Amino acid sequence: MPVDSYLGVPLHRPKVAFFEFTACEGCQLQILNNEATLLDFLSLVEVVTFREAMTERSDDYEIAFVEGSITRADEAKRLKDIRKKAKVLVAMGSCACFGGVNQLKNRFNNLKWVKEQVYGTFPIESEEARPLEDIVPIDIKIYGCPIKKEEVEKIVTNLVLGKSVSHPKYPVCMECMANENICLYKLGEPCLGPVTRAGCDAWCPGSRFGCWGCRGPADAANVDQIISIMEEHNFSADTILDRIECFGGFKEFAEELKKKNTKSKTKKKRAGK
Amino acid sequence: MKISCNVHVHHLSRVEGHGNIHIKIKGGRVMEAKWEVVETPRFFEAMLVGKKWDNAPWICGRICGICSIGHTLASIRAVENAFGIVPSEQTRKLRLLLKHMETLQSHVLHLYFLAAPDFLNTGSVFPLIKSHPDVVARAARIKLLANDACDIIGGRRMHPTTTVVGGFTMLPDRCQLETLKRRLEDVMTDLHRTAELFRSFPVPDFVRETEFVSLRGNGDYPFIGGDLVSTDGVHMKEHDYKKMTNEYTVDQSTAKWARLSRDSFAVGALARLNNNFAFLHPAARELSESFGLRPVNHNPFMNNVAQLVECVHVTLDSINMISELLDTEWDEPRQAVKHKKGTGVAAVEVPRGILYHSYEFDRAGKIIRSDCVIPTGQNHANIQHDLRGLAEQSASMGRKDAEIELLAEMLVRSYDPCISCSVH
Repeated sequence: MPVDSYLGVPLHRPKVAFFEFTACEGCQLQILNNEATLLDFLSLVEVVTFREAMTERSDDYEIAFVEGSITRADEAKRLKDIRKKAKVLVAMGSCACFGGVNQLKNRFNNLKWVKEQVYGTFPIESEEARPLEDIVPIDIKIYGCPIKKEEVEKIVTNLVLGKSVSHPKYPVCMECMANENICLYKLGEPCLGPVTRAGCDAWCPGSRFGCWGCRGPADAANVDQIISIMEEHNFSADTILDRIECFGGFKEFAEELKKKNTKSKTKKKRAGK
Repeated sequence: MKISCNVHVHHLSRVEGHGNIHIKIKGGRVMEAKWEVVETPRFFEAMLVGKKWDNAPWICGRICGICSIGHTLASIRAVENAFGIVPSEQTRKLRLLLKHMETLQSHVLHLYFLAAPDFLNTGSVFPLIKSHPDVVARAARIKLLANDACDIIGGRRMHPTTTVVGGFTMLPDRCQLETLKRRLEDVMTDLHRTAELFRSFPVPDFVRETEFVSLRGNGDYPFIGGDLVSTDGVHMKEHDYKKMTNEYTVDQSTAKWARLSRDSFAVGALARLNNNFAFLHPAARELSESFGLRPVNHNPFMNNVAQLVECVHVTLDSINMISELLDTEWDEPRQAVKHKKGTGVAAVEVPRGILYHSYEFDRAGKIIRSDCVIPTGQNHANIQHDLRGLAEQSASMGRKDAEIELLAEMLVRSYDPCISCSVH
């Protein structure tokens, strides 16, 4: 049941707004997907803007939840406007935090080719996919593709109660072991669990599906080590890169890995000659 | 009566993605009626180039937050068709069960959260929590069941994890399926109440002769793979999807449009029902008839009712399938995958209509070319033509601005458009 107070202290219901840029809108849907706890969640906050679910709109809000990456000038402008109005700006999901799968098009360094692949000669406006923090300062990040409802609820509850919001420093691997899952490496599958930030309760490895790093690196992630381990398990350079570059959270490591791969390819070529 | 009106809806609410409506009527004449799509493209087809085959379902599921399961399954089928992999009967059933649960989840989301507020005179489902608590609780109950089922079979309700080329990474527990079956049997009461609720809503009187495209059932109401068919008599094979869609670009939309025998066609629940009425579960067919919904129905607003009918169909079909699954010994969850050079096409009926994925692979199993044709992309031209028709009807009937605006919004919403998906 909705509550007005917590431990006798009256609750302040902050006005919240939801916005989306270039995205699948799945993270916002995850909010609506909280059937069992949706009503409790709605009693914590006052939703004033949520285009995907409601017609009413308001510019008066304290917390803005923003989904998606930025890929067009009008989006950057709109985001700056949201930043001005919101006291707290929350980047929601991998696209908002890192560029998400949208940033995969950046790897070609050739927007003209990318556009032609899909639209031929039809003129279409699109820039490199960027995370929100490339445009404006972000207060809180909610990681994941998609975000996990339990985590959103915890973060929102903390915000409402004025508590600080922090993320686990340790990797997914620890949650996975705590859940007594079979290690994906034992099943012959690659997995970024040892380097990806926890908080998802080992969502994918729990389904015997190796981690693709959607939450970005943990605090002390030893990415070089996991790359060596994957190599030892005979995963190809492409397979390793596919994992590292998928969501944009490991961007610097992906860049390094690409350089390394090109070098080793040239070496092999030379040796072949 | 000669009327004038000016309707501009910027970023239409309660739909997935960004679209605008413009209607201008002057002295009883429609000057403008425009459905504009301004969504930013993500370029999935380009993203995939150079990626290994196992990336396709994982990345393509992310085209859509609502029907990620449908996209994942279409992507898997396209890869399997390219490599000559035939899924086992067990895999086929579990995939269809997962697909059914996504259909139920998505239709209920649309019916209750997106469409119903228009009929209950609110801007969203949120005020209904106080005014109609039983309605909201019921919607939440059905959606929760469908989403729980997706968790059990697909690993999670959005961007599934167990679904891979060759089958599943793991299978649900038998007892989970037993519980699911009981919950599905119980949810029928809620679906009947949903039908009663929607029976109390007046369906706007608007009819425009339309071509409807869907998969063609072969004894069953179709969802995954098969021939393509239209109410205008077109019949094609799955791999000829390009001739069925004929995509082209238009200035008013960042999503491509499609056409077949006429200027536009429609896909979705109403199209499926119009083409496959005989294959509906008898109870679903009976419900459809009780709403006066028989093929071929040309009222786009009836798509809501068609979704409701499909909710009943997929629930009853799922109960049968779970019984069959529980009656058999289970095999290994997945078969080995051997990649090869070639092209694969998949047609899958997702909640909003027929979806196509197609990939071409090189000898190393890397993607050379990919193509996705999205249901809402196929509907955009039809929405445009309907919108004009509605504006003309409104002009001749002398409707007021507010009434025209609401009807136009409801028309677009009845297609349950997934605009970001259509731009992908």
